Amino acid sequence: MKMTAENIINRCEELHDDLHFNYVKQWKEANDAKAIGFMPVYVPRELIHAAGMLPVGIMGGGDNMEIIRGDAFFQSYICRIPRSTIELGLTGRLDDLDGLLFPAICDVIRNLSGMWQMMFEGKYIKYLDVPQNFGEQGRAFYSAELADMAKAFERISGNKITDDSLNTSIALYNENRRLIAELYDLRAEAPHKVLTSDLFLLMRASNILEVTEHSQMLRDYMVSIRNSDRPIRDHVRVVVTGAFCEQPPLSLVRAMENSGCFIVDDDWVLGNRYHLDPIDVGDRPMAALIEAYLGKTVATASRYEEGDDKGMYLVNQVRDRNAEGVIFASASFCDPALLDRPMIQDVLTRENIPYTAFKYAENTGQIQVIKEQTGTFADSIKLWGVQ
Amino acid sequence: MNIQVDIQKEDSMLIQKQMIAGHFEKLSKAKENNKKVVYTFVPGNLNELIRAFDMLPVHPEVNALQSGMRKMSGGYIQEAEKTGHSEDVCTYVKCDIGMMKKGNIGPTGLPLPKPDLLLLSYTGCFTFLKWFELLKQEYDCPIVMLQAPYQAEGEITPEMRDYVTKQLEEVVVPALEDVSGKKLDRDRLKELLESSARAEELLVDIWNSAKNKPSPIDAYFGGVFYIGPIFTAFRGLPECEDYYRILKAEVDYRVANKLGPVTPEGELNQQKYRIVIEGPPNWTSFRDFWKIFADEGVVMVASTYTKVGGLYENGFRHDPQRPLESLGEYCLGCYTNHSLPARVEILQNYIEDFEADGFLINSIKSCNSFSAGQLLMMREIEKKTGRAGGFIESDLVDPRYFSAANIKNRLESYFQMIEAKRVGA
Repeated sequence: MKMTAENIINRCEELHDDLHFNYVKQWKEANDAKAIGFMPVYVPRELIHAAGMLPVGIMGGGDNMEIIRGDAFFQSYICRIPRSTIELGLTGRLDDLDGLLFPAICDVIRNLSGMWQMMFEGKYIKYLDVPQNFGEQGRAFYSAELADMAKAFERISGNKITDDSLNTSIALYNENRRLIAELYDLRAEAPHKVLTSDLFLLMRASNILEVTEHSQMLRDYMVSIRNSDRPIRDHVRVVVTGAFCEQPPLSLVRAMENSGCFIVDDDWVLGNRYHLDPIDVGDRPMAALIEAYLGKTVATASRYEEGDDKGMYLVNQVRDRNAEGVIFASASFCDPALLDRPMIQDVLTRENIPYTAFKYAENTGQIQVIKEQTGTFADSIKLWGVQ
Repeated sequence: MNIQVDIQKEDSMLIQKQMIAGHFEKLSKAKENNKKVVYTFVPGNLNELIRAFDMLPVHPEVNALQSGMRKMSGGYIQEAEKTGHSEDVCTYVKCDIGMMKKGNIGPTGLPLPKPDLLLLSYTGCFTFLKWFELLKQEYDCPIVMLQAPYQAEGEITPEMRDYVTKQLEEVVVPALEDVSGKKLDRDRLKELLESSARAEELLVDIWNSAKNKPSPIDAYFGGVFYIGPIFTAFRGLPECEDYYRILKAEVDYRVANKLGPVTPEGELNQQKYRIVIEGPPNWTSFRDFWKIFADEGVVMVASTYTKVGGLYENGFRHDPQRPLESLGEYCLGCYTNHSLPARVEILQNYIEDFEADGFLINSIKSCNSFSAGQLLMMREIEKKTGRAGGFIESDLVDPRYFSAANIKNRLESYFQMIEAKRVGA
């Protein structure tokens, strides 16, 4: 069957909506292999893959899942992703995962790892404490963290992680990152063709699909979309930031786009784009993974920034993508995003870049209000431009 | 209960007040006296190291809580929110930012000096990282970070210990040397650590005194004062040791005479409920908050909040023979750096060791490090101990999130639950 953009996106939406993770179940059966889940933002998926397992990104339950028991575990002032993740766990939807990784991103996800230890005994649960010291000291610590994780992956999978298997996995993920970068470039070049809702769904599909399948999907989509004749629209170009963990509902992504904004860069499913350069394939693949984490990556709120460059990553994104403004879209009660926001807003003000800000939850129903806000923001840019 | 109109002040309270006033006086004159100033956090603080360089520490979260007690925090928080800080995030941060924007006047009314160094001890709280990124934008001074890995598996591994020690040796000490213009005096550091260990020994005795009936201390409302010197600017100094000797003598006297702790309402000798409590207190209505409990004859026999700046009951002491290693272990061992299962175990032990009637969680809106997961902790502790668990909510320093009526209502039901369990037993 010819893979058109439309049927690729339909497939992605099916995967996005399937909170029973049937793909994972089928993949495990077909490959007689295991699967390891991970929470946002970043884990070295290559290491899971090199053990012959399927890395599965868990990003909450979205707006399609009713929370029945999960709310009883959290106070009203805690964000939504941990409660829907607990709901997924309690309803058996994560039973096909043979382990779950909780990378260090904030105190809520950190404490969720402890809750998981108490609630789901017997599963492999790992709090991945990534170093915030990116020098020699952090290198030694992260090496030990990865060695510990690799040993666990070998035990769970029954497969040895060799230099060859790790190099193969790194190469596959490098190619995936290259294709994703190409997709982002294509959207920035022709945002009327590469709808952001399409891109969002393609990125979410990467959480589930085996990497080679996802890479092929990206290739097919780009071939199809380049040949499409979607109409040019008079939208303003904006960068969306702050949505790196709990994801906005698809309806909200569509609403922002339909309000008159071409989203030309963003930070959702950020683990896909964490490394800015390809990871070295060679004699020391484990060391290469470590260097990739310590070295050139995106700037995001969960990663400590000691220098004076705070906010400049976003400014450069705006400049590189010829964007005209920034939308801060942060999950309610998201400490990292909301604590980062005033610092970055100060930098945008200094750089004369307009912005607007709102909060959402993964099950936000008040789409119209946000649509009006982003629409007004787009109109103001069109009318008055950058002051 | 012996109700008195005037607040009783014991010698230890007066001494502590003088110590704090003296410290803020020194801070206000730091620049003219050519003293370098280090801003740093309470959990995982490196007071001995800072003092070994003859520098003065400032603790932003202590300033925030002091602002809360002095009814200043509401205005400071609104000041920060006006400049774009979200209503959702930590109110300590916003209070500090607001205070800074209003002239950085410290709790005693004297101006605080700008920092010469921001020493970010990243222990047990992610928000600390963001807080000092925010301060970095405000102050033209160097920043140095010490990361203490989280005890996710319930233990300190050799790799964690090495990581912290190496950061201390290779990053933090050089930064302090650069700013102070002095080499680290390792003999002086040892002296300071010896003194810390002695004060820590005294503090553990004081905590353990709550095993008596009646308890001579309130380990929460009184406890927050007891931790003042050792968790902040004084650990390692002779006056800190002196303070704990005097405090211990007062506690010993109360034990010998079967007296309860001094509360704002007088001595609490008729102790109806012995409670273990998890979570920080509310500071904006601290006295009202305490009174709610004192009026019901509640004595807090152990608390976790008073362990955020060091958990000593399991034997940890600063060790002059292993100066940097033990400073690292101290950072790793602070309460909120423990996993949730470990926190459940700590609370379970408190309930059993201190023969508590039940336990209570004061869940703080703006402190996810403490709060996320507390509802599950409550269930687990109830299951393990069979004691009644209660749950109330407030905030650190945001007066908008303190409702005495709601708290009283919840406590009423909670005390009924304890009574029912007593009858059942």
